[in-house]
Amino acid sequence: MIGNDLLGIEDLEREDIQRILDTAVHMAEVSEREVKKVPTLRGRTIVNLFFESSTRTRASFEIAGKRLSADVVNFSPATSSLKKAESILDTARTLDAMDPDCVVVRHAVAGVPKRIAEVLDAPVVNAGDGAHEHPTQALLDLFTVQQEKGRLDGLSIAIVGDILHSRVARSNIYGFTKMGAEVRVAAPPPMIPPSIESLGVKASSSLREALDGADVVMALRIQSERLAGSYIPSIREYANTFGIDRAKLAYAKDDAIVMHPGPVNRGVELSHDLTDDRPSVILDQVRNGVAVRMAVLYLLTGRRPRAVAAPDEGGLVT
Amino acid sequence: MSRILILGGRLLDPASARDETADLLLEGGCIAAAGSDLDSRGAEVIDAAGCWVAPGFVDLHTHLREPGQEHKEDIASGGRSAVAGGFTSLACMANTEPVNDDPATTDYIIDRARQESPARVYPIAAATKGLKGEIMTEMSALMAAGAVAFSDDGKTIMDSGLMRRILEYSRLVEVPVVVHCEDRMLVLDGVVNEGPVSTKLGLPGNPAAAEEVHVSRDVRLAELTGAHLHVAHVSTAGAVKTIREARERGVSITAEATPHHLTLTDAAALDYDTNTKVAPPLRSAADVEACRRGLVDGTIDCVATDHAPHAVHEKDQEYTAAPPGLIGFETAVPVVLDLVRRDEISPLELIRRFSTNPAHIIQRPGGSLADGEPGDVVVIDPNRRWTYDPAKGYSKSRNSPWAGLEMIGRTVATLVEGRLVYHVDRGVLVP
Ligand SMILES: [Zn+2]
Repeated sequence: MIGNDLLGIEDLEREDIQRILDTAVHMAEVSEREVKKVPTLRGRTIVNLFFESSTRTRASFEIAGKRLSADVVNFSPATSSLKKAESILDTARTLDAMDPDCVVVRHAVAGVPKRIAEVLDAPVVNAGDGAHEHPTQALLDLFTVQQEKGRLDGLSIAIVGDILHSRVARSNIYGFTKMGAEVRVAAPPPMIPPSIESLGVKASSSLREALDGADVVMALRIQSERLAGSYIPSIREYANTFGIDRAKLAYAKDDAIVMHPGPVNRGVELSHDLTDDRPSVILDQVRNGVAVRMAVLYLLTGRRPRAVAAPDEGGLVT
Repeated sequence: MSRILILGGRLLDPASARDETADLLLEGGCIAAAGSDLDSRGAEVIDAAGCWVAPGFVDLHTHLREPGQEHKEDIASGGRSAVAGGFTSLACMANTEPVNDDPATTDYIIDRARQESPARVYPIAAATKGLKGEIMTEMSALMAAGAVAFSDDGKTIMDSGLMRRILEYSRLVEVPVVVHCEDRMLVLDGVVNEGPVSTKLGLPGNPAAAEEVHVSRDVRLAELTGAHLHVAHVSTAGAVKTIREARERGVSITAEATPHHLTLTDAAALDYDTNTKVAPPLRSAADVEACRRGLVDGTIDCVATDHAPHAVHEKDQEYTAAPPGLIGFETAVPVVLDLVRRDEISPLELIRRFSTNPAHIIQRPGGSLADGEPGDVVVIDPNRRWTYDPAKGYSKSRNSPWAGLEMIGRTVATLVEGRLVYHVDRGVLVP
């Protein structure tokens, strides 16, 4: 049973994940309609509390909320009172006093959504915290793979790139292993976190080994500012050794799909043609992100009691 | 001067290896006699039945925050918190504002302590001007003003050449140079021990090697210079091993461990509580085990709290932004008694590490219950159960990872210079 908040995939049971994915199927149908809107969350207020800027994720949550008829407020303390050194918890308490129905939090430091959830009454959705978790990204990845392969159980997933700094990697490791898939990670050694195998994955510094027989190849974004930390010699060397093109993709299964959380550094993580065409499913990931986030917002917010009954709760069968 | 009789306790005096039930009489600020049927006419009596009676504790690593950061702590509140924990002498680090790097500041601290603190306060002066790691301080003048050791503590001196000269020069004054061993280039932005926990939390890791590399460097420099090196807050198995081997080679080296590094692992950080953020970080279970063994076998000479108060609003931040440190005076006894309860160390040997050894390292009186020694005494009830609430403690700050936990063992009474300065039922009795 999904709890009050969605802070990480680590906290979820397999049944919780399945329930979200099943709900997302219905939400995807809404997004196919001519009028992409249902009144489910009418009168509810969702706050996007983004301490770290992210146009894509914020837009995805905003669209998801609006398709459910919620009022969505964007709040980016980075550009307002945080400059005056207001503590994150003060920000949270201030927000709590405004009585939102759901708060979506993104922060550059791991653990902040959890601390905020401890203060807030409303459900908190983690939209990415440091190198910790990014649960809705993993859910949309699971949804996309399920859609493509018809199952998750028994699949081989290869995650390639800066695992050390990646919340997407951690959430996907939890998500895919919980759903019965096998996960391998590959990266230059400085980008493989210590004891990563304690999370139930196989780690390798050989791309070929990780990709061998994989059903899904997921490339992570390389942030060039990490180079300042000297984790890799250069972007060019990374592209040569861990960048995926059609030749390297041949190590994987013939029907392997290629994923990326975006935005892609073309010619670095993925070759130009792989970014745009099959077997890449990057745009499906983006599309599914809205459906999955609608499902999460609905499951966390739609069932909460509210002071005034909504005139119409309908429009959805789940 | 008043007379105080501590009645019927278990006397633990490491200096004389005495461990027996006896009364202890204090008179004229000093230990007057131990035994039974003592002449106690006119003496105030402290009932110590079922309790341990030991030389007052000496804490070699504290941050009293005065001058300059009195919103976190001051010499008065720190001193009160210390005696409530059983500490009768404190060595305080130099990272005040201004830094304790000149005799006037040392003077000021000693003067304030004399007026305000129920515990004795011994300043540790900075090893370099402004803790900048550039120019060494005037050790002779600082010694003359009352400094008992030199340290830049958390501002680890990365310049090995300068460190060598500081150690060499310290032989002139013959006091320890205290080192916080963390290679800053290896720590980088690390805030939790690097390992499964940092991977799970997604917080930057601080590898054990950061400490181990630096301890190795400083041990070699101590060997080269013949100076007295004191390694602060040892936290890793590798550091314990390096120190043990150095002592076997005859290097002049002493070391301390904190209650938190002796009992808590990095798993304590799993819910992102910033009160678990400390430098060096809480380590793995194997590291904790090695530190305990090191304390037991004498590789680590003493327990020091690294009492480091920070205001609530300072800790109430992102894990990466919160300052490292925790308060430790009032919880040290029950926390470290865990080693006695698990039969790892005898009460007498534990007291040696709380009192006798640290007093010896800074060459100050204390650590003994012999007749004529200063009347610094602590009475401990090792079985008393209580719940720790930092808000009810004496420190101005509340940053404790043990808040709200049930404790076993408590300081019942503390005497400094033959005067009762704390009693659990009456609280701190001032100066
Ligand atoms: Zn330190």
